[in-house]
Amino acid sequence: MKYSSQMVAKPYFIFALVLLAGEILFGLLMGVQYIWGDFLFPLIPFNVLRMVHTNLLIVLLLFGFMGATYYLVPEETESELWSPKLAIITFWIFAAAGVATILGYLFVPYAALTELTFNNLLPTMGREFLEQPLPTKVGIVIVVLSYLLNVTMTIIKGRKTVITTVLLTGLLGLAVFFLFAFYVPDNLIADKFFWWFTVHLWVEATWELILGAILAFVLIKTTGVDREHIDKWLYLIIAMTMVSGILGTGHHFFYMGAPEYWLWIGSISSAVEPVPFLLMILFAFSMSRERKIQHDNEIALTWAKGTAVMGFIGAGVWGFFHTLAPVNMYTHGTQLTAAHGHLSFYGAYIMIVFTVISYAMPILRGRPHGNCKKAQKVELTSFWMMNIGMMGLTLALSAAGLVQIFDQRVGTDLIGFMESQESIEGIYMVRLGFGLLVFSGLFTYFYSFFVKEEA
Amino acid sequence: MTERITKSMAKNIYYGGGTFALMIFIALAFDTVHQIPKRSNQQNMTENVVAGKKLWEKNDCVGCHTIVGEGAYYAPELMNVYQRRGASDEPTFKAYMQGWMAAQPLDIPNRRKMPQFNLTEDEVNSLADFLIWTSKVDANEWPPTIEG
Repeated sequence: MKYSSQMVAKPYFIFALVLLAGEILFGLLMGVQYIWGDFLFPLIPFNVLRMVHTNLLIVLLLFGFMGATYYLVPEETESELWSPKLAIITFWIFAAAGVATILGYLFVPYAALTELTFNNLLPTMGREFLEQPLPTKVGIVIVVLSYLLNVTMTIIKGRKTVITTVLLTGLLGLAVFFLFAFYVPDNLIADKFFWWFTVHLWVEATWELILGAILAFVLIKTTGVDREHIDKWLYLIIAMTMVSGILGTGHHFFYMGAPEYWLWIGSISSAVEPVPFLLMILFAFSMSRERKIQHDNEIALTWAKGTAVMGFIGAGVWGFFHTLAPVNMYTHGTQLTAAHGHLSFYGAYIMIVFTVISYAMPILRGRPHGNCKKAQKVELTSFWMMNIGMMGLTLALSAAGLVQIFDQRVGTDLIGFMESQESIEGIYMVRLGFGLLVFSGLFTYFYSFFVKEEA
Repeated sequence: MTERITKSMAKNIYYGGGTFALMIFIALAFDTVHQIPKRSNQQNMTENVVAGKKLWEKNDCVGCHTIVGEGAYYAPELMNVYQRRGASDEPTFKAYMQGWMAAQPLDIPNRRKMPQFNLTEDEVNSLADFLIWTSKVDANEWPPTIEG
């Protein structure tokens, strides 16, 4: 560790991993309720489980991004963080607000929660992924602003690199597009239209900048490849991201009340969306091939390559399956969307968090050459368990989606939703099984932190 | 392939391409905002419809159901529930809704459960009005069948 202020990244990383365990746990509970509807009902209805599951995901990724930023910005700018103290205060505020919100979801009926948290003053709740009460949303804005301030001030006074510029652009975009979470028109269609400004432009535009910057940083560190070379790749990747991802928002506007031209614009732009992910694979593997140093932390590079591959499969391939308008006519609102959602969030974003933690955490724990071989071996096992688990889960959900389409939407002999869901029960069992594999993979990963260093 | 592209070329594609895409997006977004009132029959968006939407949000209906194909996939699509359960007839649908909402949660072992939301008769009617309004939105022929 070159700068002592990088240490603030540590609590962010640890908390992100704790939240990930919670996220997967709630995912498993939902998986059970999908099959046995009485499970946990009426104690925790499905919508509450789902809220906890998806909100934990969003918050854990924000913690992961923040940890990554606080670790890499001092090294990139070659200066200490502007205010390590602010970073720590922000951590506690964010953690407390996050925990309070989750407890609110679990212990207060949602309708009562809207009343308790002044939702009638400015109604923003009850929309997918943006279920947070108003005080939490305001809290997120404050936390993100203080984080942006800290990062910007550090970058201003230090060395400017392409990585920090790209990262900062991504973070600014993240902050700006979150503001649409506060705009809820009375017209459901207008509401949904602007809702995507936060949801899509986070995941398929600004977050990809953050992902690209973190990936480039870890590749520089673990391969020793010349920065100029890496910068060019980074620019190419994010150029393709912006060109395809912004207008790619159109693939959400096919069948929700927006005009017809989105059918064309959305289809064409989003057909290009796999390209940046394909470039990421080429990037990671060619940097790894051309590497100038043999870093002892081999597993970090494995995670980096894994991120590129799984991101491509999840976001690129699984996205492409249903992104053309005529296909989406039949897939819209089925388990295929869930399949794509699971593998893309895991492949692109959870895995980049694993990548940066795998690289940075050993250093933060005083092991500049990475963990010992034995610990890395355990970590590699967890890498495969989680990847195979997520892949299996995604295939199961895709199969479920296909059955749904043929049951409810194609041909003449149609059956209703609930009947169709019953016919999918077996597939949901398979999904649950793979989910358990992911969960055990995560605990194997946790165990790798406690493997004793060789003397 | 990448040998022929220099760093500054890549940088220009990023800034140029990104700005270009963003400008088209903003222009189309303005146009869409202008078209939405017509496509969604905003003139029929009564106070009841708006109250229904607020109830929809307050009870996090989207946490289990989809509407215009968006939401959770645990429970049926509701954009066309008016056609499916109400045969596109207002009194029929409202009567159905009153009965359905009062009967929750259904006492069928292991069936997925919908909670009891304790809505008043007026509230259920508003919710029904909201769903009726939504069913008439022009969503480019979606959903493909009545089963949603």
